[in-house]
Amino acid sequence: MNILVFVKQTFDTEETVVVQGGRVSEDNVRFVLNPYDEYAVEQAVQVKEEFGGEVTVVAVGQERMEQALRTALAMGADKAALVEDDGSLDEYGVAKVLAAFARRGTYDLLFAGQATVDGASAQTGPRVAEELGVPVVAAILRFTLEGDRAVVERDMEGYSERLSVPLPALFTAQQGLNEPRYPTLPNVMKAKKKPLERLTLEDLGLARERLLGRTATVECFVAPKTRQRRMLQGSPEAQAQALADELRRFVLPD
Amino acid sequence: MADQMWLEELRSGVRRICNSFPDSYWRELDAKREYPQAFVEALTKAGYLAALIPEEYGGSGLGVTEASVILEEIHRCGGNAAACHAQMYTMGVILRHGSEEQKRRYLPEIAKGNIRLQAFGVTEPTTGSDTTQLKTTAVRRGDRYVVNGQKVFISRAQYSDLMVLLVRTTPLAEVRKRTEGLSVLIVDLREAVGKGLTIRPIRTMINHATTELFFENLEVPVENRIGEEGQGFRYILDGMNAERILIAAECIGDGRWFVERATRYAKERVVFGRPIGQNQGVQFPIARAHVHVEAADLMRFRAAALYDAGKPCAAEANMAKLLAADASWEAANAALQTHGGFGFAEEFDIERKFRETRLYQVAPISTNLILSYVAEHVLGMPRSY
Repeated sequence: MNILVFVKQTFDTEETVVVQGGRVSEDNVRFVLNPYDEYAVEQAVQVKEEFGGEVTVVAVGQERMEQALRTALAMGADKAALVEDDGSLDEYGVAKVLAAFARRGTYDLLFAGQATVDGASAQTGPRVAEELGVPVVAAILRFTLEGDRAVVERDMEGYSERLSVPLPALFTAQQGLNEPRYPTLPNVMKAKKKPLERLTLEDLGLARERLLGRTATVECFVAPKTRQRRMLQGSPEAQAQALADELRRFVLPD
Repeated sequence: MADQMWLEELRSGVRRICNSFPDSYWRELDAKREYPQAFVEALTKAGYLAALIPEEYGGSGLGVTEASVILEEIHRCGGNAAACHAQMYTMGVILRHGSEEQKRRYLPEIAKGNIRLQAFGVTEPTTGSDTTQLKTTAVRRGDRYVVNGQKVFISRAQYSDLMVLLVRTTPLAEVRKRTEGLSVLIVDLREAVGKGLTIRPIRTMINHATTELFFENLEVPVENRIGEEGQGFRYILDGMNAERILIAAECIGDGRWFVERATRYAKERVVFGRPIGQNQGVQFPIARAHVHVEAADLMRFRAAALYDAGKPCAAEANMAKLLAADASWEAANAALQTHGGFGFAEEFDIERKFRETRLYQVAPISTNLILSYVAEHVLGMPRSY
């Protein structure tokens, strides 16, 4: 079973976001393997352990992404690749890069996190599947292999769907899919010696100007905390009336 | 110095484990004075406590630099490594001075976590740091030593399978130098308890499993002696530098935790219409503590680099311990003061960490003894004790 996992390094969810000069500051910030990607890597490694095969992890972005790749290697992935770029491509461009990487090999299974905790658009996985022309199931909560098909359960926010999917296919992992393992110290050390390939966009035959997004960031700001408190006065009836008026204004602005 | 990305990977691995043991875990154990069994098991299973054991004996063969980063991160995440840090380095006396047979017998099992060796019996009620005066004796009878005496403040004895024990095998009156005549024995606590050894826990102001030990004709096989008889003092001394560096790292982890909590609270807590952190009276003590933590960190990495290069580092290791312990205590005070009344409330965890980091002014070596060491051995002033 040849498995490819798309990963990204993101802010540690404990970090506070600071906006400086119109962009999110990365000074003194701790980065982690995107938490949803951990589920994806764990699932890939579990499939490998049960059915054999090889797990490759790939990321697009800055030098620092290497650390997230090493974490995935320490969890049991076999090899990694980093397509170096400045981190400014949006989902459109990133999906094209990841798809170009996927086309270099033959994979039975592709995994990604259901979203990244920074951009949170949940687009990259499905876009890559579209580029590759393979089926995609997003936000899966359960995964089993049955012959040449995968049977998965998909989170529908309130209920679940069970789907049988022919391979190759791409699945994005939702929290709860599995319990990602801790990288053990011996595995962290082994990860240092596992192959990590560095590629450029040119190596993948891509021209950067054709990857640029169709969106532009106009402004970046921290949403102001609106803490308005008003004590209602008068009789209970008057207070209830005032509250109802307030709510109506909120739902139906003038 | 080990490269930064590698150390960051180590940190992130440890952090992953620590994230499963949040503040509330430590808080609840603290209230009940219970041993962090689940945490220690997770850390052991993940191999972190075998960092310093060479690969040929089943460990990871890392240096004190890496080991110190592992312990620092535990404290940085709000935990306390004191429950298990000795599992990392107590084996050092076997590694450096044990026979090949002893190394093969113990080290792989310690590396796997099947055997816990995290108790170190040195201090006694009447002879704390004055180690050579210790009163516990071991008298040889055939192929056994018969041990009598008492030890106090022996950490984790109830959660350890083996203990390294320092005893006097030749009476003080019969040796040329007071540092001679001491020997190191490995005591199998699983067999010894009830057969000449009594362990009594001591309840303290922190959740630290410390005990008092009573020996009454405890028999220890001669084959359990490390190295030569009478040379034990020297064997334990060379383990001290590693311990100093590792403890310094724990203090630095504490210091960073305090600075982070204090900073966050100072920015969030609004009084008189503005965050209290806008007042210099609040921000300066936190900033100063941060400066001292960072300075101590440099000395810690310098000491660790010397240690890992096999160079003398006693001065640096001691100075790192002093600087780091002072910095963490300063940061603890700043954090408590910043939090005001909430600092005393258990659910904020400041008071717990405050109590815990206070220990490092006293143990495993008191600040005054470090100053005595520096005065005498670094500056060449007369011995003061």
